[in-house]
Parts: sequence; C-alpha cells; structure tokens
Amino acid sequence: MAHFTKATSVKDWLNQRLAIEKVEKVMASEYWIPKNINFLWAMGMVLVITFALLLVSGIFLLMYYQPNVNLAFDSVNYTIMREVDFGWLWRHVHGVAASVVFLIIYIHMFTAIYYGSYKKGREMIWISGMLLFVAFSAEAFSGYMLPWGQMSYWAGMVITNLFSGGSLHADGLVEWIRGDYVPAQAFLNRFFMLHVLLIPVAIMGLIGLHFGALRIPHVNNQDGEEIDFDAESKKYLAGDKAGSKVIRFANDFMSKDMMVVAIYLVFFFYLVFFHYDFAMDPVNFDPADGLKTPTHIYPEWYFLWSYEILRPFSTNIGLMAFAFAQVIFMLLPFLDRSPNAVPASRRGLFKFWFWAMLIDMIVLTSMGKVPPIEPFGTIGFYAALTFIGLWILLPIITIFEKKA
Amino acid sequence: MKNSSRRGFMGKAFGAVAGVGAIASLYAMKKSWDPLPSVKAAGFTTLDMSGYKDNELVTEKWRGKPIFVLKQDAAMVETANKNPKDIERLIKIGDAYYMVCIGLCTHLGCIPGYRPDSKDFLCACHGGMYDATALVTKAPPPRGLDIPPFKVDGNKLVLGEEGPEYKKMKETGITL
Repeated sequence: MAHFTKATSVKDWLNQRLAIEKVEKVMASEYWIPKNINFLWAMGMVLVITFALLLVSGIFLLMYYQPNVNLAFDSVNYTIMREVDFGWLWRHVHGVAASVVFLIIYIHMFTAIYYGSYKKGREMIWISGMLLFVAFSAEAFSGYMLPWGQMSYWAGMVITNLFSGGSLHADGLVEWIRGDYVPAQAFLNRFFMLHVLLIPVAIMGLIGLHFGALRIPHVNNQDGEEIDFDAESKKYLAGDKAGSKVIRFANDFMSKDMMVVAIYLVFFFYLVFFHYDFAMDPVNFDPADGLKTPTHIYPEWYFLWSYEILRPFSTNIGLMAFAFAQVIFMLLPFLDRSPNAVPASRRGLFKFWFWAMLIDMIVLTSMGKVPPIEPFGTIGFYAALTFIGLWILLPIITIFEKKA
Repeated sequence: MKNSSRRGFMGKAFGAVAGVGAIASLYAMKKSWDPLPSVKAAGFTTLDMSGYKDNELVTEKWRGKPIFVLKQDAAMVETANKNPKDIERLIKIGDAYYMVCIGLCTHLGCIPGYRPDSKDFLCACHGGMYDATALVTKAPPPRGLDIPPFKVDGNKLVLGEEGPEYKKMKETGITL
C-alpha cells in the first residue's frame, strides 16, 4: 500500500490522494501553446463555452418539456415560454447557441483548412473534429424535432426518407427508424432520447478524443513551423520567457482565449436578447400537421449547403452527391497530397482552391434558402458541380505543389 | 507458461460468451425499435366513394399518411385514355374513374399541391410535377405517386387490404 503522511494542508491532503499538482501541470500550466497564433486559435474555447451554454440551458428546458405528440408543442410554446420564470431565457439561449455553434464550427474548420492544421501528425485532430461535426449535426436535427411544430415534423419526414436510399426503396428501414409509418409518438420519444442522452454522451466522448489528439502533435501556428516543444518549454521554465516560442496553456494562453470568449459572449447575448428570432423559424410556431406540408421546406442555415447539393439532381444522383458531401471533408488529410503544412497563401494553387471552396459553400448556402425557381436552380446546380469538381481537383493540384 | 495459457483460454472463453451476448442484445435492440403491434394493427381505412365530386381533390388519412382521392371528370378520362400508363393508374368503381394515391412526393415525402385549373400537382419542396393521374411529369421525383394497397368492396374502397385490382397494378409495375 502507498505510504501516506499526516497532511499539512487541504492541498497536501488532496495532493497525496489525487496528485492534483501533477494533474494541473499536465492539463494547464505545463501544456504548451505556440506564441505565434491569432484570435482564430480561440475558437476551440469559444466552442467549449457554447457547449456549456447548451448543456445548462438544456437542463432547464428538460425539466418542463413533455416528449408527447399532444403535449410537446404547448410544453415549449406555452409552459416554457409563458409560465416558467425565465423559461424564455433558456429557450432562446438554447436556440441561439444551437445555431451559433455551427457558425463557430465552420470558422474553426476553415481555419484548420487555411493553416494546414490537418497534416503532419494532426490527422486525428481533423478526423475527431469531423466526427464531432457529424455528432453536432445529429444533435441539432434531433433537437429540432422536439417542439413538434410544422418544420419539426416535415424536416423529420424528409430526413428520415433519405434512408430509403432512393431507388433501393428501403421503406422498412425508414419505418424502423421512425417506429411508425410516419413520424409519430415513437419517433418523437426516440429522438428525445437521442437528443438528451445518447448523442450528448457521444459528443462528450468525442471532445475528449479531440483534446487527446491534440496533445502529441500540439497546436499548429500561423507559419506551420515545426516547434521543438521540449526545448522551447525548457527555455521558458529556465526564465527565458521572451526567447521561448511557447507559453503556458494556463494562465497565459487562457487569458488571451477568454478575451476572445468575452467579445464573443457580448455578440452572443446581443443575439439572445435582441435577435433570437433568426434561430426561431416562424413556420415552426404552427403545430405539426401530417396532412399539410409547409409551402417551402428548408433546413436551418447550417445544413443549407449540403441540402443544396442534394436538391438540383434527380433522387439517386442527388443522394449520392449528398452522401459524398457528408463524408468528403473527413478525407481531407489524405486528399491533400502536399506535405506543406503552411498557410494557404503560400501554397500556390491551393490558395485559390481554399477561397473557391469557401465561396462555393456560401453560394450553396444562399441557393439552398431560396425556393427552387430559376435562375436559382441553375446557380445551385453549377455550385453543386463546382463543389464535387473542387474535391476531384484537390489531389491533382496538391501533388504538383512545390515544397514551400 | 502454464498460467499464461490458462489466462489465454479464460480470455477466449469470455470473449466467445460475451460475443454471443452482444449479438443477442443487438437483436433485442433492433426489435425494440420496430413499430409496435398496435401501430401496425391500426392500418385500415374504408372510404365511401359515392361522395366525391369531379376534379375536386379530397385528402383522406391512412396510416398517418395523406391519401389523395381525385374523381376524374370526362375531359380527364379522355386525356388519360390516350396514355395507357395514365388510364391503368385509375380505379374504376361503377362508371366513375378515381385516382387514389399516397399524397407524398416520391422524391422526399412532401405533400404536392393540386392545381384544379391546370389539372396537375406541383410539389413546392423541389419543384416536382405530376399529371391528373399523379404520373410524374417533371423531375426530381423518380416515379408517380404510390398507390396504397386497396380492395374494391361494392361502392367502398378498403385501404390497407390487397384486392385483385391492386395486385394486378403491382404485377404490371404501375405502383410499387
């Protein structure tokens, strides 16, 4: 048995039993972050804070929400919004955070693409990040079902129908997922379970994996420079803080991080208090009706780009294009054949690829929002083709890239 | 050595038992997600066909899904007769022809809207179009609206039961 001595303080008592000093060093004060970074490196912490906001607001919503097709709509729109003190606050925080979290995820993703932060040992960071994107998408979709309004119902109908696989006609699979011929009680109950238990647990596990994947390769920097973290941290600990290329995660880096978080939270709560309506589709304030489709069904803004890749094609080709769009980002570290882990601006053709991809996704997003009429249908069609074309071009242009 | 081989055996034995258990529990989980018997049993709807008016779309409900019933007027029957694919989709009861189908777009399940003036259906979600017998005229829908299993019973139509007329439609590929 380990030897314990009489503790000299509470800290010492805990230290003997939990090694809290060692844990603090490993997790914070001796976890090293490069100095050569900018505010875009704070998006991870912004996401952690947003996830915490979702969790806390979700806990309060969960206390009054009723997962029953007859009660769900009123439990949200009457009980939570009118009866519960500050119920509106939790709902608006939850709704706004669910939307804004995707904005930050996209910024976080495109930062990684721009700076090449998915290469040279950082592949698992990218892959775990994309798995988080998938889990967040499933979380957003299952949560969207819960108010049981018209958009909830019809989004549920359309998305579960995707699983019939077009001409495969796997109607049995669709009915199995729903637990009924159409979205009904069984459907609402199981998506409630997914939203409040299974997917959040998966997300928390994936966040652990994402952080773990970061430890060995460390955070990338603005020049993609390979830093000897052992040597630089020794320099720092020896007192040469100015000469070292790294700083402590806490409190040094965290103080910068929390500055960005603070600015973000001002913007976030401005939306919660004054512009929550952007996250609340007016159509979803009509109760679900299986016999009346809304005139125009569209997903929330963050799914529009992949929806637009589905839309301009016939069913089978559309489904294949959609499936392609869902998985292709996951393969980025392997499709980019260049060993250069430097900012896109120094990578020749990849610079144009990056901006073309970003602009194409914005075009797809805008076209996904408008009704399927001309000229939007044609623009969407070519934007979808451009998306697929860019991914086919990526290995070709990167293989010829000169060593930077 | 002796010990380690015993441990190896224990490990394999445990793995085998746990594997069987895992497969069995996956089966139980799959079955737990199946539609309940009560859901499946509530799957029949009877329609009285005498009340419908020419060129007026009525939406009925079967298994939670909208069912379109459109009694064809003389002009529509004449148009349908020109195309065997159209006329075969109609159900004849007495002297009248009815279009009866599941009112969910075969693309992704939205409800198309009927336009009585142009006598066609338009799906607002992705712009698919169907003619008066719900045969597809404009993509993305891959096929006409599906016809639910039906049985003609005098002047009544029972949805959910497969009558000879429905079986024939299925055999000839008129519906899925």
